[in-house]
Amino acid sequence: MKALSINNLSKTYGNGFKALEQISLDVEQGDFFALLGPNGAGKSTTIGVVTSLITKTSGTVNVFDTDLDENAELAKSYIGLVPQEFNFNGFEQVKHILITQAGYYGMPASDAEPRANELLKQLGLWEKRHTPSRALSGGMKRRLMIARALVHKPKLLILDEPTAGVDIELRRSMWTFLRRINKEGTTIILTTHYLEEAENLCRNIAIIDKGEIVENTDMKSLLNRLDKETFVLDLKYPLLQTIELYGLDYHHVDDTTIEVELSRGDSLNSIFELLSKHGVEVVSMKNKVNRLEELFLNLVETTEQAS
Amino acid sequence: MNQTRRQRHWIAFSTLVTREIRRFFRIWPQTILPPAITMTLYFIIFGNLIGSRIGEMGGFSYMEYIVPGIIMMAVINNAYSNVASSFFSAKFQNHIEELIVAPIPNYLILAGYVAGGTARGLCVGVIVTLVSLFFTHLPIEHIAITISMVILSAILFALGGFINAIYARSFDEISLVPTFILTPLTYLGGVFYSISLLPEFWQNVSLLNPILYMVNAFRFGMLGVSDIPVVAAFSIILLFIVLLTSFALYLLNKGTGLRN
Ligand SMILES: Nc1ncnc2c1ncn2[C@@H]1O[C@H](COP(=O)(O)OP(=O)(O)O)[C@@H](O)[C@H]1O
Ligand SMILES: [Mg+2]
Repeated sequence: MKALSINNLSKTYGNGFKALEQISLDVEQGDFFALLGPNGAGKSTTIGVVTSLITKTSGTVNVFDTDLDENAELAKSYIGLVPQEFNFNGFEQVKHILITQAGYYGMPASDAEPRANELLKQLGLWEKRHTPSRALSGGMKRRLMIARALVHKPKLLILDEPTAGVDIELRRSMWTFLRRINKEGTTIILTTHYLEEAENLCRNIAIIDKGEIVENTDMKSLLNRLDKETFVLDLKYPLLQTIELYGLDYHHVDDTTIEVELSRGDSLNSIFELLSKHGVEVVSMKNKVNRLEELFLNLVETTEQAS
Repeated sequence: MNQTRRQRHWIAFSTLVTREIRRFFRIWPQTILPPAITMTLYFIIFGNLIGSRIGEMGGFSYMEYIVPGIIMMAVINNAYSNVASSFFSAKFQNHIEELIVAPIPNYLILAGYVAGGTARGLCVGVIVTLVSLFFTHLPIEHIAITISMVILSAILFALGGFINAIYARSFDEISLVPTFILTPLTYLGGVFYSISLLPEFWQNVSLLNPILYMVNAFRFGMLGVSDIPVVAAFSIILLFIVLLTSFALYLLNKGTGLRN
């Protein structure tokens, strides 16, 4: 079964800005899924539509086969949300926040109390249970948002940039925690602009940029693909026959242009050797950077800056 | 979690009401104490000091005459401002998102806030009533009318506070309506005088003021005198409740001020 299925979703904001254009996305039950993209790509807008915080312009959203338009109440009951920005009542005590949240989802007080205590202990907030939320540190607020999202035992946990601005130690411990609850059966969708985070946690991934999904695949194939580099070679004479480049992938763009794919870090000398052996003369060569690679390079840069 | 939908709704509603009540008790120096003090001052100044010179009004001592109006004034102000400030600050701090994301139908969100505001109105109303007993004796002629009128008025003004908070974009905008509309209408709504004292033209103008009807119907419940027919008061207040409820729900469903 699909935990989340988004079809042709578009969102145009009131000011006319098109934040999402016809995106489609499926997340299987039990998956640990990353929605990766640079700032402003449309990640929070997507999450906002799925969680009813933002009104979509067109398209459909199904949560565990329940259409958000047809049965919002049921669809909402499956989801637990950790939003990007803190959104607590700052004056309310930590424990009250959890119990109140449980109540909103129809959980009777007799269940909410032990559930809240359990999460407070698991997330290291027990000592702070009577503290008003505004008096918590940033890291504690992050953990409280996770506890709040889990209190009603959602089948689908959605986290919008949960580790942005979080120190490395806390980030690692959040990763461990999330891996555990995923193993215990909760489907998790996480947005991030750290490739490293997606790589560490997720099995499947979609990459979003400028309101469009540019890639939707499993983590392994993405990493394999990102490991390849493409070079465009201009040839002096038309190359009309097929040549054997010993396992290197190449294809024709036109008679005097070919593209060759290499693993990152492989030596270029070998290509030239092989080509000259076949009497092929190369006039010029350039590195072809496709959109995905470009994005990837950006994401790696932001990750490196952040850590 | 195998409750029926109705049970879940009930839990969600009572959670929201509990949260609202906990909120105004937590900040009682801002929510409960000030109206108690202000109204006590009204009793002392208007009732005791000035009232003793005014003599009778509508067949009662001036103190007795103004007590119902002052109680009503406290109730509607507090019902209004409780919902206005609580709902606005939920928007301001973004924790309104908790409710939007949760599986709670909009009418229950509205009902929860209105019930919270009504609770604060009544709570302050009871305190002011108790204070008034230090100054005068309070007959209650028609208990059912007294109680239903005070509850309906609290509900109506809680609804008003909700709509105000939906439109408000700053804390200033939730004090605008109380300052420039509510307070003048209350003062001109027959709290301190019987409109029979006014020239005919101003009597007729006063009849356009909905608060006049509530104050008089409430006074009728307590003292048995009223400037207007009590049935008219109930009809008007029920009509306004229906109108404001529909409008508030319309705004909520549309997501005005809440969703992009
Ligand atoms: N309320 C809004 N009105 C207009 N544009 C918005 C609004 N919210 C977000 N945007 C724009 O939509 C784009 C996507 O935003 P967002 O979904 O928050 O990106 P991300 O979460 O991937 O960083 C951005 O360019 C942002 O400026
Ligand atoms: Mg975002």
